[in-house]
Amino acid sequence: MTEITMPKLGESVTEGTIENWLVKVGDRVSEYDPVCEVNTAKVTAEVPSVHDGVITEILVAEGETVDVGAPIYKIDIDGGADGKPAAEEEVSETAENKPEEEAVRPNKPDVKEQSGGRRLSPVVMRLIGEHGIDIEELEGTGFNGRITKKDVEKYLAEGPVKQQEQAVNPPTAEKERPAVPERESSVKSGESIKVSGVRKEIAKRMVQSKTEIPHAWLMMEVDATNLVNLRNKHKARFKEQEGYNLTFFSFFVKAVSEVLKDYPILNSSWDGDTITVHDDINLSIAVANEDKLFVPVIKNADERSLTGIAKSISTLAHKARSNQLTGDDMSGGTFTVNNTGAFGSIQSMGIINQPQVAILQVESIVKKPVFIGDMLAARHMVNLCLSIDHRVLDGLVAGQFLKAVKEKIENLDPDTDSVY
Amino acid sequence: MLSHKETDLTETDLQDMYRTMLLSRRLDERMWLLNRAGKLPFVISCQGQEATQVGAAFALDKEVDIINPYYRDLALVTHFGMTPEEMMLSAFARGADVQSGGRQMPGHFSKKASNIMTQGSAVTTQIPHAVGASYVFKMDGEKRVSLATLGEGSTSQGDFHEGLNFAGVHKLPFICLIENNKYAISVPAHLQYGADKLSDRAVGYGMHGEQVDGNDPIAVYKVMKEARDRAVNGEGASLIEAMSIRLTPHSSDDDDKYREADELQKNKKDDCLESFKLYLLEEKVIDEAWLETVEAEIKDTVNKATKAAEAAPYAAPEHTLKHVYEEVNNG
Amino acid sequence: MAKLSYLDAIRDALFVAMEQDDNVFVLGEDVGKKGGVFKVTEGLQEKFGEMRVLDTPLAESNIVGTSVGAAMMGKRPVAEIQFAEYILPAVNQILNEAAKVRYRSDNDWNAPMVIRAPFGGGIHGALYHSQSIESIFVSTPGLKVVVPSTPADAKGLLMAAIKDNDPVLFFEHKKAYRLLKGEVPEGDYTIPLGKADVKREGDDITVITYGLCVNYAMQAAEQLSKEGYEAEILDLRTLYPLDKEAIIKAASKTGKVLLVTEDNLEGSLISEVSAIIGENCLYDLDAPIMRLAGPDVPSMPYAPPMEDYFMMNPDKIYNKMLELSEY
Repeated sequence: MTEITMPKLGESVTEGTIENWLVKVGDRVSEYDPVCEVNTAKVTAEVPSVHDGVITEILVAEGETVDVGAPIYKIDIDGGADGKPAAEEEVSETAENKPEEEAVRPNKPDVKEQSGGRRLSPVVMRLIGEHGIDIEELEGTGFNGRITKKDVEKYLAEGPVKQQEQAVNPPTAEKERPAVPERESSVKSGESIKVSGVRKEIAKRMVQSKTEIPHAWLMMEVDATNLVNLRNKHKARFKEQEGYNLTFFSFFVKAVSEVLKDYPILNSSWDGDTITVHDDINLSIAVANEDKLFVPVIKNADERSLTGIAKSISTLAHKARSNQLTGDDMSGGTFTVNNTGAFGSIQSMGIINQPQVAILQVESIVKKPVFIGDMLAARHMVNLCLSIDHRVLDGLVAGQFLKAVKEKIENLDPDTDSVY
Repeated sequence: MLSHKETDLTETDLQDMYRTMLLSRRLDERMWLLNRAGKLPFVISCQGQEATQVGAAFALDKEVDIINPYYRDLALVTHFGMTPEEMMLSAFARGADVQSGGRQMPGHFSKKASNIMTQGSAVTTQIPHAVGASYVFKMDGEKRVSLATLGEGSTSQGDFHEGLNFAGVHKLPFICLIENNKYAISVPAHLQYGADKLSDRAVGYGMHGEQVDGNDPIAVYKVMKEARDRAVNGEGASLIEAMSIRLTPHSSDDDDKYREADELQKNKKDDCLESFKLYLLEEKVIDEAWLETVEAEIKDTVNKATKAAEAAPYAAPEHTLKHVYEEVNNG
Repeated sequence: MAKLSYLDAIRDALFVAMEQDDNVFVLGEDVGKKGGVFKVTEGLQEKFGEMRVLDTPLAESNIVGTSVGAAMMGKRPVAEIQFAEYILPAVNQILNEAAKVRYRSDNDWNAPMVIRAPFGGGIHGALYHSQSIESIFVSTPGLKVVVPSTPADAKGLLMAAIKDNDPVLFFEHKKAYRLLKGEVPEGDYTIPLGKADVKREGDDITVITYGLCVNYAMQAAEQLSKEGYEAEILDLRTLYPLDKEAIIKAASKTGKVLLVTEDNLEGSLISEVSAIIGENCLYDLDAPIMRLAGPDVPSMPYAPPMEDYFMMNPDKIYNKMLELSEY
């Protein structure tokens, strides 16, 4: 059984309409017998058979338009596939044979051997001069190790200010390869997953943070009933007006940004000799995209309204999931708020995002029986989990900070508070 | 139909003429079928003009004369030595295409061994080429002629005037044959020229001009033969206008909707292949048995040419880079 | 070796080529009895007869078209177009026909022919007798475009062009005709097409040019030498296909490149030369590639002050050379 397709009737023609079928299923046709009448933008023509055989199926109805190359009918060729070879097949066999000659490689003009290395392009030369860079410190990633403009830019951005580096950036060349424990041979192997650059970077940073930072951890339970009521009251209209969701997470981010102003030491970084307290409150938020973790930043979160924060979260999450985050989107964070509640966690221990000194996990809001005074009440409860760098912070300040966040949330008033 | 007894054509000649016309027609028809079947991207036809072409071809000496045909001249080039398989190789754009190695669209005839000069697509450029060739014949004192053919559409081009003017000045052994099928794609003759006859322009060029019935191969043969005789006798060039018919649309990409149905009907009735066949039957030059044999032979020839060409390989992609200039070491 | 003008050298080449090969013939407007409007073909008809030195009607497309036909028949026509700008009616025959004959026939046919045309300004020729029109033709594979800059080159390149088996466009600078004089080898003398020529050696800057501008650049280089800068001067000689190797070598040698043409700047031949250098010599460049050309106006005006304003001269080249030297 052979499928016959719509022929290309005329230069620039892309489709054809079956005007009439001149055969029906079961009809015997000879090569070059007309089969159907086709109308195209340029011509109307009778399309002949290219085989001797019997029509077995008509695939396109009269009046229907299909693209050139789409199947239009089926034919049972006399003698079958092993009989007289179809002309078409002959063509594809012979015509598409790979030419024996090797493709002519374009000749490289016979210029001086470009021995990469220290040969500097005009723009690299200029940048080196402008920034007083010692070229020995640069690593070339171009052809033959040539130093590219990007190499210099990367050096300028990451080299001397490496400790300032924020969040998970696009993959960089790895310098150390951590030892991978050998898998026990008794374990049956399944699919091998190649580790992506981003994944490698995440792994490197996690190991670094976990090994360098003495993590301490505390958790506080927060009554989020007011928050739930406030948010429920506004969420439908908010979505309608603003076009994105008013999430619980936005309220926590807003609360953290306000409280950090009172506890600036949590908004700092450690570089061995000094602790730098940041004026800007730039909150990193973790966003997962399949196998990748991105930590985009809401800049100057304390200066933003709740709406502004909700919008930033929505935008950054969208960008993360569509791989549109820029380096700028992910740089400059001073404190991380992690929405672990989004996947149902009620308790977790975050790894600090170096060189920040703390990370807050906002867990899932769960309705639970709670004593209020002596009365048992059904309340919406949420755990806030804080990991701190014990080199910088102690339990006292961390507890005060967490308590202040707790109070902010619990003191929300569904009747009087606005979400704008 | 002019009686062949008014010419030197023998009965064998007449049979050969008919055979060439029929072969060209069948080849052409096959190419249309292959186009409609989606196997050939493009076809441009000789159908309806075979009488003119064959009459002209038989009047020339294909061993020495040079032809500069235009895209409809399948019958003309067939007589001069283009084989059915070569036509099909060109139609299928195969590497062994003798006309261009698969570079040009079909209908751009060329074959040096058969005295057929290479053609481009910009019309009428072949006139000065043919005139140039005839200048060479005059310069070298050779008894040869060059023929340029063209549709009446091409007579509006500057190269037509420039070439004929030069040929007239030097009384060159040159023949210009206009195959006037009355259409330049869709533009009818009355929107192309104001003269009664294009052959009248000959007076302005200082050469012999003559209009002839292009559906009559014998009549065309006669005027072309006379033109050739004048040319080799140093009496100069000729402008022959053969009034002809285009039975098909301009090309496989054209719908022909600008022509009325009754006109197309009448064209079919005046088909030169039919009228010549009837003449030959009446004159008893051929009979039905002969016709049957010839049809069968030609069908076989066309089938074989189709299959062979279709099975032939394309040129290697890198052949694109070849023959821009003379390749001294590996040409 | 005789001292000949650029024009005499061209005529000498025609004489020698026609004596050597009966297939060579000359055709064009006024080339016969008058010997050409510039007298390039003077005396040829007397020696070789009317058929081989043919006065044609005033029809450029036919001059070229009949040459294509004759060339395909094995002749070696040398067509003259009286002034380069009058070649335009023949462009279809040059670009669509002559240049494509070999390629489109898969090497079955070829057209060994030369089209000579005087070009260039500075002779009070105004808009239609001063143009540099080479840029129209220098992107046409299948065609060769040659511009000689000295009498010896004019002879050697023209003889090579006539012997070449592909069509060659041969542009002669009409101001050079009687201005330039030099030693020219006698008899059969050819210079290979497709090869550029170092006309002067130097290690401070490289000037790449062609035609009359080579002579102007040579004058400017002598002047510049007094300032302590030595210019390398590369004469392209064949504008298509370009001698890329020589261009890259000359540009890399000094790293400072000045490209000069009498044509107007935009889309001119030197833009392509610049691209070749840009692609191949990035690490050898010591200055931006500089281009010196005519202004981007339709053509060269008639009135002397305007003509001078447009026309290239040694001073303009000198100033630009100095600027580049001091960069």
